[in-house]
Amino acid sequence: MVVMTFWTVRNFQLAPDFSFSNWVTILSADYVWDAYARSFLGAGLASVLVTLLAFPCAYYLGLKASPRVRLIGACLIMAPFFTSFLVRAYTWRTMLGDQGVINAILGWFGFEPVQMINNLFGSIIGYLTLVMPLVLLLQLFSLSAIDRRLIEAAHNLGCGPYWAILRVVVPAAKTGIILAAAFSFVLAFGDLISPQVLGGSNPPTLSILIVDQVRGGLQWPRAAVIAVVMVLTLITVVTAAMVMTYGGNRRQSIRGKS
Amino acid sequence: MGLFLLRSYVVLIFLFIFAPILVSFVFSFSENRFPSLPLTEYSLVWYQRVLDEPAFLDSFKRSLTVAGWTSVLSTCLGFGGAYVDYRYRFLGQKVYVALGIVPPMIPVLILGVAMLIFLSRIGLSGAQHSVVIAHVVLCTPFSMAINRLKLSQMDQNLEAAAWNLGATPWATMRTVILPFCLPAILASFFITAAISLDEFAIAWFVSGLEETLPVRVLNLVARQSSPSVNAIGSFTFTMSLTLIILAQLVLIVSQRRSGRNE
Repeated sequence: MVVMTFWTVRNFQLAPDFSFSNWVTILSADYVWDAYARSFLGAGLASVLVTLLAFPCAYYLGLKASPRVRLIGACLIMAPFFTSFLVRAYTWRTMLGDQGVINAILGWFGFEPVQMINNLFGSIIGYLTLVMPLVLLLQLFSLSAIDRRLIEAAHNLGCGPYWAILRVVVPAAKTGIILAAAFSFVLAFGDLISPQVLGGSNPPTLSILIVDQVRGGLQWPRAAVIAVVMVLTLITVVTAAMVMTYGGNRRQSIRGKS
Repeated sequence: MGLFLLRSYVVLIFLFIFAPILVSFVFSFSENRFPSLPLTEYSLVWYQRVLDEPAFLDSFKRSLTVAGWTSVLSTCLGFGGAYVDYRYRFLGQKVYVALGIVPPMIPVLILGVAMLIFLSRIGLSGAQHSVVIAHVVLCTPFSMAINRLKLSQMDQNLEAAAWNLGATPWATMRTVILPFCLPAILASFFITAAISLDEFAIAWFVSGLEETLPVRVLNLVARQSSPSVNAIGSFTFTMSLTLIILAQLVLIVSQRRSGRNE
């Protein structure tokens, strides 16, 4: 724990001559900003996608399914946490490759092989694989905590099922949903494996740049600069998510108390 | 109709989650180098290949050693940290608890760089023990959370009662608190071992030439495609799962027992 304090000061610790040259080098390089934009957009896209994709599933398990099914579902969702993500990503690569299973199936139906790895699609699949179980679990928690009478009340008041979901379920589970999205952004932003194994590592993301700087060029201070930039970004994003959640919820909680 | 669609969607999502795990299992038994449909020959050739290569066995042993040390150390630290938080009220307690949950929030990659820079600064980088140190930093918060949860279920008066009956603080610790927390301690032991066994990003940075198994796999994947990865993956998955199930069983059994006592 105490060790964690080092990441804020380590730039200055490492460079015996206190200088901003590393900052200047990194921050003025175009490829870094390209990588930054790519990481940010990739992670953002992944967290939006995963939120949308996971919601119906969590909705079913949390509100529609019987307690037994919900328990089994929750246990199943936990299972991937204990597998190596690396191996899962590798398997996706063999599955999505030009001669992979998916393309073989497409081939039976007469489709041309589709390139699915070494591009953005591959990275996104990787991110989704990484964050899907966590997001499902968090959404499931917040959805199963909803008071069911709220939904029934909405139905009684003449609210259609989809409208009820939008106006009642989503606002009630907002905290969990936003929290899950923020988590998935953090994970995807810092993920090395998806862009490397499934995204083809070229053009690079920030995490790949860090690895290159450390292993290839022995440029630890520059890697540290990128790392600090990443941490700052993450703090900003998470804070924004928190403000979104709790700022909007204050009214609700007051109403809940009265 | 709508419910049916929803159900099929749920199945689809679960397929997405489990496809890589299942396929990895299946492929690990396929003889073909680039597995594709239809699967042709089944064999154990990739498991054989893994076992024949001394580098794998070395890294596997190293992983086990690291996981063992990590789980012991981070469980001790985690229990101590949780106990301090439970027992005492002190200035900056909120900061202390917040610091305890920081490491899991930081991407492991960045934690890896930070650990590399820090450890090489104090001359401990590039060896097996540096991976242990880094993993202890990563795992201790989990252990702390588990132990804190268990401690919060304990009756605060138990400790005071033991003191009144003449027990020294150490005797209280040994005969009252530790037995109560034993399930949590065992659970944290298994879970931290499982985390450490799977972790590759931090280990990749700080291990230097002494690769652990996941690092070995990462290097393998980065270079070429080799179905040995599937074999290793299936194997480690089975192992992690066993650890976790053991941890769960211990928890369940202890809950049953305490339920019966009450």
